[in-house]
Amino acid sequence: MEKNNPKGWLYLLPAAVFLGFFLVYPLIDVLIYSLEEGFNFASQTYRGVGGYNYAYVLHDPYFLQALKNTFILVIITVPLSTGLALLISVGLSSIRKLRELYQTIYFLPYVTNTLAVGLVFMILFKQTPYTDGLANLVLSWFGAGPVDFIGGPYWAKMFVLCFYTVWVVLPFKILILTSALASVDQTYYNAAKVDGTSRLRVFTRITLPMISPSLFYLVITGFIGAFKAYSDAVALFGTDLNASEMNTIVGYIYDMLYGDSGGYPSYASAAAILLFAIVLTITCINLLVSKKHVHY
Amino acid sequence: MDYEKIEKADARRAAVRKALTYLLLSVWALAVLFPFYWMVLTSVKGYGAYNSEWIPQLYTLSPTLENYTQAFTQVPLAGYFVNTIIFTLATTALMLIVTVLAAFAFARLNFRGRDLAFTLFLSLMMIPTELVVITNFVTITNWDLRNTFLGLILPSVTSVFYIYLLKENFAQIPDELYYAAKVDGTSDLKYLWKVLIPICRPTIITITILKVIECWNSYIWPRLITDDQAYFLVSNGIQEIRENGFGRENIPAMMAAVVVISLPLIVLFLIFRRKIMAGVSRGGVKG
Amino acid sequence: MKAILSERNGIAMKVTLQHLTKTFPSRSKKQPEDVVAVQDFSFEIPDGKLIGLLGPSGCGKSTTLNLLSGLLKPTSGRIFFGEDDVTDLPAEHRGVGLVFQNYALYPHLTVKQNITFPLENRKGKDRLTKQQMAEKAMEAAKLVQIEGLMDRKPSELSGGQQQRVAIARALVKMPRILLLDEPLSNLDARLRLQTREEIRRIQRSTGITTVFVTHDQEEAMSISDLIVVMKDGIVQQAGKPQEVYDSPANLFVAKFLGNPPINVFDAQVRSQTLYIGDEAVLPVPGVSDQLVTAAVRPEGFILSEQGALTCNLSGVEVMGRDISVVSTHPNSQNLTIRSIISAETGVAPGKTVRFDLKPAKVFLFSRDDGTRISF
Repeated sequence: MEKNNPKGWLYLLPAAVFLGFFLVYPLIDVLIYSLEEGFNFASQTYRGVGGYNYAYVLHDPYFLQALKNTFILVIITVPLSTGLALLISVGLSSIRKLRELYQTIYFLPYVTNTLAVGLVFMILFKQTPYTDGLANLVLSWFGAGPVDFIGGPYWAKMFVLCFYTVWVVLPFKILILTSALASVDQTYYNAAKVDGTSRLRVFTRITLPMISPSLFYLVITGFIGAFKAYSDAVALFGTDLNASEMNTIVGYIYDMLYGDSGGYPSYASAAAILLFAIVLTITCINLLVSKKHVHY
Repeated sequence: MDYEKIEKADARRAAVRKALTYLLLSVWALAVLFPFYWMVLTSVKGYGAYNSEWIPQLYTLSPTLENYTQAFTQVPLAGYFVNTIIFTLATTALMLIVTVLAAFAFARLNFRGRDLAFTLFLSLMMIPTELVVITNFVTITNWDLRNTFLGLILPSVTSVFYIYLLKENFAQIPDELYYAAKVDGTSDLKYLWKVLIPICRPTIITITILKVIECWNSYIWPRLITDDQAYFLVSNGIQEIRENGFGRENIPAMMAAVVVISLPLIVLFLIFRRKIMAGVSRGGVKG
Repeated sequence: MKAILSERNGIAMKVTLQHLTKTFPSRSKKQPEDVVAVQDFSFEIPDGKLIGLLGPSGCGKSTTLNLLSGLLKPTSGRIFFGEDDVTDLPAEHRGVGLVFQNYALYPHLTVKQNITFPLENRKGKDRLTKQQMAEKAMEAAKLVQIEGLMDRKPSELSGGQQQRVAIARALVKMPRILLLDEPLSNLDARLRLQTREEIRRIQRSTGITTVFVTHDQEEAMSISDLIVVMKDGIVQQAGKPQEVYDSPANLFVAKFLGNPPINVFDAQVRSQTLYIGDEAVLPVPGVSDQLVTAAVRPEGFILSEQGALTCNLSGVEVMGRDISVVSTHPNSQNLTIRSIISAETGVAPGKTVRFDLKPAKVFLFSRDDGTRISF
């Protein structure tokens, strides 16, 4: 057993090269970019160093719009999708017949192309000169509408975006929660049953604490994922998200980098770092809250 | 105590609960399936028929495959497909090689600085893609690799998380196996190939599946790095079709393209259902 | 503990099982017929007694326990608590206390919260105040002597302590009957001995009708008022431990009870005499000529130079008060024959050893079905 086998580094080399070039170096570089004022992409020159890029981004109405959209999206979809996934998973674990079929169906959105299925959602909700679309047909049964969900009022567009986001993220959450529920030892439920525990109490006092680590994992990844929302919005509203008022923070970063208004890596970097700071803060808050409520 | 009453009330409540459960599950199953149904349905409606439907029809009596022909003839759908397959295969293969070697080094080989390297390496997991994509874009542009497969593939190869997953699996294999192989004069590489990889096949399959799904659906990086249609992947292709293909209103043809693009992964999923679901629950987060 | 007893509606009660049968649908395709876990189980458990349900794994004893608790419903047959037919009553309304093999303590709750859990389930007029709950929990905790551990989490307790918490949780709601599923199997040997005394003490002081399941015959014999021996879902024999030991109903029961195990021989009855090999070892009046299986308890051997049964001596193990003579015999079904002899009797060194047999310690069983042939 040799203590030191320098050949080890050889095995690590490919990973180190890839990570060095495409992860570590960019991480440092993005910080530098975000501090270089007046950077010109073509000539690779800059005026000076400072916080101007951040100030610019924070005063950019497009960024503020994206910030608002992202926060609304996060606040609505994270609790909604987690709650819905919990409800469905609990239902799923209480049945035996057809269970596999349901599980398979629920997982389908995970393996589909977000952009492609987003197009289907778009035609379901869009109002065109030829038709009001299926969503409006349903609305009309209740005497409401028609509303153009894709090109119409802000709340309608936000509704579709949230709906689609929940549709897309639910498979993963249902999967995680069903396996968490299945791993709770059945004897706890038997013990509770013999003691005459009501269903609600079994759920709140036994099931929830037992699956709290998984639930908490889903909340954290849910927050992170929702803050990075972008392709869902593109799928529904097209690439020019600023025009449709539906841009997200990530969308703003890409637009700044390379889009209709693009070519400003400094602004993109500043926005990316702001996003990172937000996500980090929220995750830290989550961790602090979990210390109190999660039972490992 | 009136036992009979208690029993009856219990049975009734159980029945109601069961009915409600199935109702809830079926409603969501419908919500999941309906877009797929609508996609297939629309793709077989004729162009004229579709556009004359002021009230959307929930079924069609005269299905046609002409939209599929259009999808392959009027837009370079086949090209998008081939590109995506090349991209997916190349990226996944490279990822496997890099990941297996690194995981092996971290799990089995003793060299100075290994633990420090692993700690540093783990901390890389926290870096979000959005942060590094900017510089990568600049790097690839400077290397003149825009609109090339190399440019598409290189930054997509490594995943810290997969290396971590595989390393944990490798580390579970008892040391004795390694020492026994060493005593028999087996080289490290041969041990990796003949012993570790076969034993850890499930994990390797898992990360392969996850990577394939990731590649097939990737959109952001390809969008940044390609503006030449000849290098578009399916995600970009679909976006291109939506904005410029078929003339804007040919929704049935668009849906035919969407069906064609969605089908491979769905078929793959239906075949490897258990493996994929087990794999995703171990290590997958979409996005 | 008087307080708990006095509040129970109608003190300890007898439990009656009538023709209880439980079948499970088969899971394997090779055996499509249903699996019978318990078959035609009829028994009456007198009130206030400690019953040991005994048998090898898979014999249906745990299923029986779950039928009693209401977690399983019988395929046919009835269960009565006292005069009440509880067959179709779900577990949550039966008011039984159940201690699980792995204790099933809620890991996220403290000992105190675990013990009060059943009390907090009550609603309406049965609901106790916080104060009352705390008092009852303390009472139960004192009974099992864990009152000093109330604020710990289960993970901070030893196996024996967890076991006590589980018993306290089962007792705190004043169950009509107490059920224990392999209560000692997760404890080490020393704790097992100590805990079984403890269970006996707790059962005596509460007077609650208690059923416990075990595969360990010594455990069952040592603390039960009555034991029920099961095999393949069928009750083989029930009775006081000593009676069952002294008069096993069939070969299975004879083999299952006793440590060291009973010595079994292929034997033959000719003209009312028992032959092992060619040696006539015991007169067996009233038994017709036939091939039989003869079983001899280890304490049924008397060392004697003119003994009727000759065995090949393998060795002698000294166990203090007694010695154990280890020998072999061509007709023995066991690899070795173990006989327990008082240490005062010396064993002469040599190749063979001869025994006389005590008639009360010798049982004859039919070769066909293992039933007892009395003489």
